[in-house]
Amino acid sequence: MLSIKNLHASIEGTPILKGISLEIKPGEVHAIMGPNGSGKSTLASVLAGREEYEVTEGEVYFKGKNLLELSPEDRAREGVFLAFQYPVEIPGVSSTNFLRTAVNQVREYRGQEPLDAVKFLSLMKEKMKLVEIDQKLLSRALNEGFSGGEKKKNEIFQMAVLEPTLAILDETDSGLDIDALKVVANGVNQLKTKENGTIVVTHYQRLLDYIVPDYVHVLFDGRIVKSGSKDLALELEDKGYDWIKEEVSGTTV
Amino acid sequence: MSKDNEILEEFTSKEYEHGWSVDYEADEAPIGLTEDTIRWISSKKEEPKWLLDWRLKAFRHWETMEEPSWPNVSYPKIDYQALRYYSAPKQKSKPSNINEVDPELLKIYDRLGISLNEQKRLQGIAVDAVLDSVSVGTTFKDTLSKLGVIFCSFSEAVKEHPDLVKKYLGSVVPSTDNYFAALNSAVFSDGSFCYIPKGVRCPMELSTYFRINAANTGQFERTLIIAEDKSYVSYLEGCTAPQRDENQLHAAVVEIYAAENAQVKYSTVQNWYPGDKNGKGGIYNFVTKRGICAGNHSKISWTQVETGSAVTWKYPSCILKGDNSVGEFYSVAVTNNYQQADTGTKMIHIGKNTRSRIVSKGISAGKSQNSYRGQVQVMKRATNARNFSQCDSLLMGDRCGAHTFPYIDIHNSSAKVEHEATTSKIGEDQIFYCNQRGINSEDAVALIVNGYAKEVLNQLPMEFAVEAQKLLALTLEGSVG
Ligand SMILES: Nc1ncnc2c1ncn2[C@@H]1O[C@H](COP(=O)(O)OP(=O)(O)OP(=O)(O)O)[C@@H](O)[C@H]1O
Ligand SMILES: [Mg+2]
Repeated sequence: MLSIKNLHASIEGTPILKGISLEIKPGEVHAIMGPNGSGKSTLASVLAGREEYEVTEGEVYFKGKNLLELSPEDRAREGVFLAFQYPVEIPGVSSTNFLRTAVNQVREYRGQEPLDAVKFLSLMKEKMKLVEIDQKLLSRALNEGFSGGEKKKNEIFQMAVLEPTLAILDETDSGLDIDALKVVANGVNQLKTKENGTIVVTHYQRLLDYIVPDYVHVLFDGRIVKSGSKDLALELEDKGYDWIKEEVSGTTV
Repeated sequence: MSKDNEILEEFTSKEYEHGWSVDYEADEAPIGLTEDTIRWISSKKEEPKWLLDWRLKAFRHWETMEEPSWPNVSYPKIDYQALRYYSAPKQKSKPSNINEVDPELLKIYDRLGISLNEQKRLQGIAVDAVLDSVSVGTTFKDTLSKLGVIFCSFSEAVKEHPDLVKKYLGSVVPSTDNYFAALNSAVFSDGSFCYIPKGVRCPMELSTYFRINAANTGQFERTLIIAEDKSYVSYLEGCTAPQRDENQLHAAVVEIYAAENAQVKYSTVQNWYPGDKNGKGGIYNFVTKRGICAGNHSKISWTQVETGSAVTWKYPSCILKGDNSVGEFYSVAVTNNYQQADTGTKMIHIGKNTRSRIVSKGISAGKSQNSYRGQVQVMKRATNARNFSQCDSLLMGDRCGAHTFPYIDIHNSSAKVEHEATTSKIGEDQIFYCNQRGINSEDAVALIVNGYAKEVLNQLPMEFAVEAQKLLALTLEGSVG
């Protein structure tokens, strides 16, 4: 469903992604790990269509469509969802109003009737249960004054409402307490279907105990330098990244 | 170049929606302004001598005055002798009620989406429609008169309720108050008059709709609202004008009088033609609005959504004379392209325990300039006066300007005055976040801006709030995607 080939991207002339290739098939969960600054969020942003990043080489196909040609909103409407590492605050706009606008624009794109207030509210209720989010939080302005964990939970709630085909979770686990982590992971697992793909960016193998990945990739200096099974995450937890760095420099010499 | 700017370049401005005009036969004063013009207007309106004298006094004073130069706006000098000061649509005969108004005129209002036909009218709002210089009809008169509420055109009030007009006209905004108020006092043509008797809670919103249609004609209307003891009224004002290349002058005066325990809520959605995207044409909007909380425990609340006009100069104010009286000012002012707005309020605390609250939200886009100018004055006698001011500015792109000029003048040491100000930019981050959820940039901006202005929009009556939200989005359409 997602096919990334030799993707290069730079920001303000500085190359950040230096040739990434990745295939994701329906139903698969891919974890991406890697040291700070290695380009994980950059990859997520490029996939979501952030315009600051310039794609200098490579291609990305999503469900057979050239993703790089679509506007950010059309990517979202095609089913790409990014749970942000740093969710943005929008003062004065309630989550409900925001999500209803989003849902109805997505529906319009897909040629579906807009949801009326009643139908939308029942959809909200159903998904609220799923991610155990407090109604009070949703009547407040979007992310304004939310705690770090609340913001992350809200991202997963939005994901639940929008039901994407490709979900990219950028460090959704950082800042969550143990209970919230379980709730979020549980939400993600429940939303997983045979058709959906998931990319989980994380620093901690702990999350992968709950969201079990089919593959683990290590991103280093803008490249995927190692891929493996879930065990790779355990190995990283144990040994850190140095051995990978050495391996990389060993092979390039 | 940032994303904001790129989108700024990309989109062209949305055309002004109400930019059409209609040909109709009109009664017009000769161009120019002399004592004879004023006599002409006064006799046309069959006014009593005291009113003519009042006008002439204002005119003579105006001639000695200088046009103010302190506002943070610039425009070519206005040639007051090149303007026409009165233009009235010719009616076959004087209408005695709304059903007799010339159907051609009613059509103009239908096109604006304002039906004057009482049956069709939204329940709960009475409308007085002013076209160019005169009121063309007031709805719901009978319902209101049963309660003793007077809601009619200013001219009619002069004829039917001369004592009330004589007593209150100029009592809040003296004819010599400022340059534009003096000009208005000399040449005002019509407007709305509203009187709420003791103890009456006006059961419906009262609304005036102003429209300029004729070319080269200034519009000078006057509104006078009198709320007796323990009465309540909510008053709405809306306005549009056709799209013309020349600038047109609008100089209105609004006076509000609130007696003991009276409450007046005055809401404006101002949508005069702002000029095209190159800054050509548009209305010069120089307005004096002032209310006096004359009685103890009275309250006056101004809410304004300013989206139109090429130049806006406007400071709705409250004189808090009665003890425990309350003044409020809620404002959203949006400027785009080459628009300039210098707006704000004055809160003058005279009585004890008087309280005022100012919430101003400026939004600037394009190459526009948006200034907040506010004065809080606490007089000697005003023990325990309280003021809270919140002035926020939102910038879109980097070619516009936002300015804040707060003046604080305190003569009583028990006063508590708080002022908070913020300036922010609409963030690429916010727009991208919306995009990522499937919302296009244009709607993202509308969401963000409406969220930003929410505290003010919440003050508006429901139907008006919806209209105002759409208007904000429309005004900014084409500024940021
Ligand atoms: N405007 C910019 N100019 C130059 N470099 C930039 C710019 N923006 C980001 N970078 C760099 O791009 C690199 C990749 O950043 P990215 O946010 O993708 O890392 P990450 O892998 O998500 O890290 P973390 O684990 O800390 O979240 C970093 O070194 C960062 O400093
Ligand atoms: Mg990151």
